[in-house]
Amino acid sequence: MKQIVVISGKGGTGKTVISACFASLSRNAVLADVDVDAANLHLLLHPEIQERHIFKSGQKARIDAEKCTGCGLCLPACRFDALFENSNRKVGVNLLSCEGCAVCFHVCPVQAVTMEIPISGEWYVSKTKYGPFVHARLGIAEENSGKLVTEVRKKAREIAEKEGRDLLIMDGSPGIGCPVIASLAGTDLALVVTEPTPSGSHDMERIVELARHFKIAAACCINKYDLNHDNSDGIERWCNAQSIPLVGKIAFDPAVTESVVRSVPYVEYASNSSADEIRRMWLSLLRLIT
Amino acid sequence: MIISVASGKGGTGKTTVAVNLALSLEETYSIQFLDCDVEEPNAHFFLKPQIEESQDVFMLIPEIDETHCNYCGKCAQVCAYHALAVVKGAVLVFSELCHGCGACSLLCPEKAIKEVGQRIGVIESGHAGKVAFLQGRLDIGQAMSPPLIRALKKRMDPGRTVIIDAPPGTSCPVVESLRGSNFSLLVTEPTPFGLHDLELAAATAKKMGIPSGVVINRSSPGNGDGNIRDFCAQEEIPVMMTIPFDRKIAEAYSRGQTILEAFPAYHGKFLELFERIGKIGS
Repeated sequence: MKQIVVISGKGGTGKTVISACFASLSRNAVLADVDVDAANLHLLLHPEIQERHIFKSGQKARIDAEKCTGCGLCLPACRFDALFENSNRKVGVNLLSCEGCAVCFHVCPVQAVTMEIPISGEWYVSKTKYGPFVHARLGIAEENSGKLVTEVRKKAREIAEKEGRDLLIMDGSPGIGCPVIASLAGTDLALVVTEPTPSGSHDMERIVELARHFKIAAACCINKYDLNHDNSDGIERWCNAQSIPLVGKIAFDPAVTESVVRSVPYVEYASNSSADEIRRMWLSLLRLIT
Repeated sequence: MIISVASGKGGTGKTTVAVNLALSLEETYSIQFLDCDVEEPNAHFFLKPQIEESQDVFMLIPEIDETHCNYCGKCAQVCAYHALAVVKGAVLVFSELCHGCGACSLLCPEKAIKEVGQRIGVIESGHAGKVAFLQGRLDIGQAMSPPLIRALKKRMDPGRTVIIDAPPGTSCPVVESLRGSNFSLLVTEPTPFGLHDLELAAATAKKMGIPSGVVINRSSPGNGDGNIRDFCAQEEIPVMMTIPFDRKIAEAYSRGQTILEAFPAYHGKFLELFERIGKIGS
């Protein structure tokens, strides 16, 4: 089974639209949304949820006000400014700051601290007309998105193996940090979607470097390439110099937004040169991983 | 006052709004701009600051003094992040998992662990016109941005109006960026993606107790604006500004131009936006 992840560095370059097109063009794939922070692929794939799972991860300190003597030993030990003295001269926890390191639990002389594992999200196995789909929803302002990504990928791989599916297509998240690293590890190809803007190319260079750091093969495509031909030429030269295959140049098309508004994968909505370019790009990617 | 510009979804125009707001205010107010999207800092393309100083940022990770360590395993037992493992005659440190909490060194019975700095990124500071500019830049391969964002925010100047360009999403880096803000400006676009992620961003601000307002970018009143406005009305979040869908704005952006450069009339609109924020956020 081969794995492709669609990433970009910069947000809003078109990862999800392109991932949905790939879902529509694929024949025997498992689909996964590994942007667990702000998942959107389900809005285009119309999943029918078949399994719901609770995601529990990390831990948070809870201080028993009955036991806390207000000695304050824990206050300087916390590196995350998560503890404070409240109006009753006891210690309170700011749950949004607590990273669950448990230093307070260990230093408290009267065992007033317990560590609790909260529910920090949910993940789902769904049926779509394109194949099985694994997706998730991280709770608001929660941590450990990387672990949830790993969880989603694990389930998607299991399904692929069980059902004999030969491809896993993943819609990734923006950035270069922990959830992106979790989505890159062990994939066969990262497709970097960029746009011909200064931020688009800057962020592409950083994400390609990240892929290289983890020894993951990368390919690029330029979305809305005709917004700025000079910048697109620059990206093309950079890709050539770096030996990164440039697999697609997609022209700006207002119908992309219309397709999203109508919740349909773009290749099913429009028949024009941009949609054809995505089809060609899909075939190029398949050649790259086989 | 601290104003953070956030969105949930990436690419909705956070940086555009933050930069143009800063530039509209620089003549009248003392502005400090913080680019907290340290994974992909982009505001510098538009503000074009002169960088005057660069400061490495380190995270503390454990270093084992093998001469004092007796491999009791206490450090691995207390590490909540599984960043330490004790095997026969050796302590392994997995620095990429470390949060720098200091539990291992604090609780080591032999005092055999000291903490040493590992570089995670850099803070660059300077000026863009009258705007005091600061940005963080996470080193490639580093998984954790919150410590860098924390270091960047320690340099906030309470005497100035601070504008924070936040990263996309709703998890730890966003929480770290928004913490302490008086107002959170949420930039969205009128698509189902924009609406879905606006709901998440608004919930994040609400959970953090920060008042928020919405900017609808790439607005097209006939299309999805109505859904955004319905949501805002229902949540009692004011729509503070709309920026129309215009290929010319996208092209100006692609040349590294601000909206103000391409369409000077926006100056007044951003001033108005700031006045409305002031009424709610202070």
